[in-house]
Amino acid sequence: MAKGPRRSPLLATLGFSLGLTLVFTLVTYILPQVEGEAPKETEVKLGELTMDGFVALGQELFEGKGTCTLCHKPPPMGRAPDIQGFNMVDTAKERLADERYKGEAGDPAAYIRESLVDPSKYVVVGWGQKGSNDTVSPMPAIDKPPIQLSPVEMDAVIAYLQAKDGNEVSVALPTEAPAPAEKAAAVGAAPAPAKTPEEAVAKYGCQACHSMLGTESPVGPPLSDVGARLSQEQIIQSILEPDAEIAEGFSEGVMPGDFAEKMTVRELEMIIELLRESRG
Amino acid sequence: MADLKTMLRLWVRVLAALVLLGAGAAATCADQADSLEQRIAPVGRVQLDGASPLQPLVEAQPKGADAAEEPVFTGAPQLKRRDYPNIGVSSRATVWVLAQMHLFFGALVLAVPMFVLVIELIGVRTGDDRYDDMAHEFMKISLTAYAITALFGGSLALALFLLYPQFMEYLMRVFGAQMLVYAVLFFLESLFLYLYYYGWDAMRYGDRKWLHLTIGLTLNAVGLTLMVVANSWATFMMAPSGVDEVGAVVGNIWEVMKGPLWNPINLHRFIANIAFGGAVVGAYAAYKFLAARTAEARAHYDWMGYTSNFIAILAFLPLPFAGYWLMAEIYAYSQQMGITAMGGILAWLFIVQAVLIGTILLAGNYYLWAGMSRTDGSVRYQGFIKWIALTLVVCFLIWVTPHTLILSVSEIAALGGSHHHVLGPLGIMPAKNIAVNLMLVVTFLSFQLYRRSDKVATVKWERAGNALMGAIYVVAIANIIFAGVYYGYFTNTVYKVGSSVMQVVSTLVVIVAGVVIDAYMFKGAKQLPSKWGQVPDRAQYALFALPIAFTWLMALMGYVRSSVRTHWHVYTVMKDASVDNYIPTIGYAGNMITIVTLLFLVFILFIFWIANLSTTKQPAPVVEGGVE
Repeated sequence: MAKGPRRSPLLATLGFSLGLTLVFTLVTYILPQVEGEAPKETEVKLGELTMDGFVALGQELFEGKGTCTLCHKPPPMGRAPDIQGFNMVDTAKERLADERYKGEAGDPAAYIRESLVDPSKYVVVGWGQKGSNDTVSPMPAIDKPPIQLSPVEMDAVIAYLQAKDGNEVSVALPTEAPAPAEKAAAVGAAPAPAKTPEEAVAKYGCQACHSMLGTESPVGPPLSDVGARLSQEQIIQSILEPDAEIAEGFSEGVMPGDFAEKMTVRELEMIIELLRESRG
Repeated sequence: MADLKTMLRLWVRVLAALVLLGAGAAATCADQADSLEQRIAPVGRVQLDGASPLQPLVEAQPKGADAAEEPVFTGAPQLKRRDYPNIGVSSRATVWVLAQMHLFFGALVLAVPMFVLVIELIGVRTGDDRYDDMAHEFMKISLTAYAITALFGGSLALALFLLYPQFMEYLMRVFGAQMLVYAVLFFLESLFLYLYYYGWDAMRYGDRKWLHLTIGLTLNAVGLTLMVVANSWATFMMAPSGVDEVGAVVGNIWEVMKGPLWNPINLHRFIANIAFGGAVVGAYAAYKFLAARTAEARAHYDWMGYTSNFIAILAFLPLPFAGYWLMAEIYAYSQQMGITAMGGILAWLFIVQAVLIGTILLAGNYYLWAGMSRTDGSVRYQGFIKWIALTLVVCFLIWVTPHTLILSVSEIAALGGSHHHVLGPLGIMPAKNIAVNLMLVVTFLSFQLYRRSDKVATVKWERAGNALMGAIYVVAIANIIFAGVYYGYFTNTVYKVGSSVMQVVSTLVVIVAGVVIDAYMFKGAKQLPSKWGQVPDRAQYALFALPIAFTWLMALMGYVRSSVRTHWHVYTVMKDASVDNYIPTIGYAGNMITIVTLLFLVFILFIFWIANLSTTKQPAPVVEGGVE
């Protein structure tokens, strides 16, 4: 029943498969080529910040890092009320007077701030989580991950929501120092990570206050025998939360409390290991 | 066709057995967890009173006299860009390729023994050795793929530890000894796989055959457990549970594993693996068919290709519903994550998905239509084909219609807005839901007609049965269109999702009613002869299109699933601070997916070649004057 030799299907099947794969690849090239960047911390010079700049920052956060426009869109596309489409100050007053309101805010700005951090205090009818009878909001708390706006950033968003419809902006311009995370971003690229424990100690200036590695300083407790006095957990705590427990004879608030933001994981590990081995 | 009914019945039984095995294990673990729902609530919904959003490495430290007894909770590391090793090539691309290759082969290796076991059971029930031989031949592919799966798995682990050491250290801390359980399961999988394949002929008949089937069942149970364990790592990264806001472990391993997306992913991967495995072995059968030099071989591989296509399409039909459940759970966990996938930057990828699924459905349908030429009875149904084809094409075009267009100012002015007034409404989900459900319904119709084409019903109620079936199709199609239009265009966005449920139910009613009515209507039907091997060569290319589209689709959807985490290694608890913490362009993603698909294709052809080589025997050299 032999039909005679047939051509090997290898080339034909390979060619067909390659061609089809390329068609799929080409489809991806006729679509918009957009990158989704991770949110970037913006450097804000508080001393030079005007209210207009603050409002503009709020709009930028509203449309960018805050990801508000993912849901708050005009109908029929939105998955949340179109807060850009109506006057939020007037709306906030109406909601504060609504018997369904469960919060503690006394004015529109406080209401907006409350709805950012605890959105279920007032859920607009028809926009609640499925099955919750409009008592639970599907909106995430804006001050928590993954969005994680700082208090200053939330104030900027409130300022934008007030100003966009010509209302008076009631939030004050920030005057205090930005949060550590923002500050770290503002100073630009950090120096290269230390490669050895000694480099890490020098980088963070530990010897300026502590006696260690053959140098003397009376400002902080001596660390040359710290491995014999403290456990590993206590050493970690002393670096990351220096004011949690104060050694006898020394003052609170002297040692910087921002090493957790400054140190790399590896640097912290190296310093801990060095201190654990320092037994006098 | 009676064989197919037997296959379906056995399939259901085997699945039930596997589900019971898994459920038993789950129940045991669940018993150990108190107030489970509260403790495993995903961190995205857990708010700790007074906790600062970003706490340092050590979250809580003991204080006072009870210090020694207080646990120390260590959160997820908060990394800086400089913490990531740089080996000179993109870390993300390296892990992307290795992970995807491991997943492709892992899916194949886990899926093939599932339907092989069913085919083997059919062989036992029917006493037809062809089933046994085919099942054994399928396992040959799985066995070769197993070694490649392990190679890519090992390479992936090394790459992850090298390129993302702190992230892996954190995962190791969270999952702890579960990783060792995974390793043990891997050994067991190897043991049962080798026993199952190499013991095939030694345990072919009588009681030994049942021992062999038991080994096969155990192999599948171990394989499924392996899969769900590995799935828990992926779903933890998407929706972490059992940890607090900063990633410190506060629950036991069961609480860590059982995140809100774990079961939806388990189901989706389970079904998708079968469809994928069926498509790949279908390509093997097609390749062998095209290379066959005898009518017997063509008949054998035609039958094998048909069976593979049957498996792939049967598993594919419920896949959109499992996908729907997964997306619904993603929205329930985090609306923001859901919108990132379906309405944000990743939404464009669903246009590519539409092209791929359209290709799969067109190829699957075309193969069925071409297969009708095997029997003369198909003439009765030829008239339906053009309408099915038309529906598929129209629905496909609706599905690929984009919602918004990137336009210049003058183009927007010419169009009268960013949405076309006629085509714009076709770009949103309700229109696409109508399209995809209609495509599934007519694909089932193709399948039903194919199954009917070699039979003539002998029951008295044939006309009434056909009328009922026709009515079910009409009502279901009307319901799919009505639900999509009414809920999609006349209610707000929140309720649009509600239409999907009605549509899905309508599609499922058609499938279930079709199977049940045909089962009774064609009981004892007159069987028309089928000429296996008579199918045209071009139909075999449809069997190649299926795995190519499935492979591309699997890589695409895996990419979407992974990318919804955006700039987080572990969503909400561990940020990705690497240079690759952004979502690349669709073109870049397309290139990566094409690379892995082609790489997979090369390896698969190698496996086909190896499988062929093992049956090739060099003739003994003929030496003049007797033995050499």
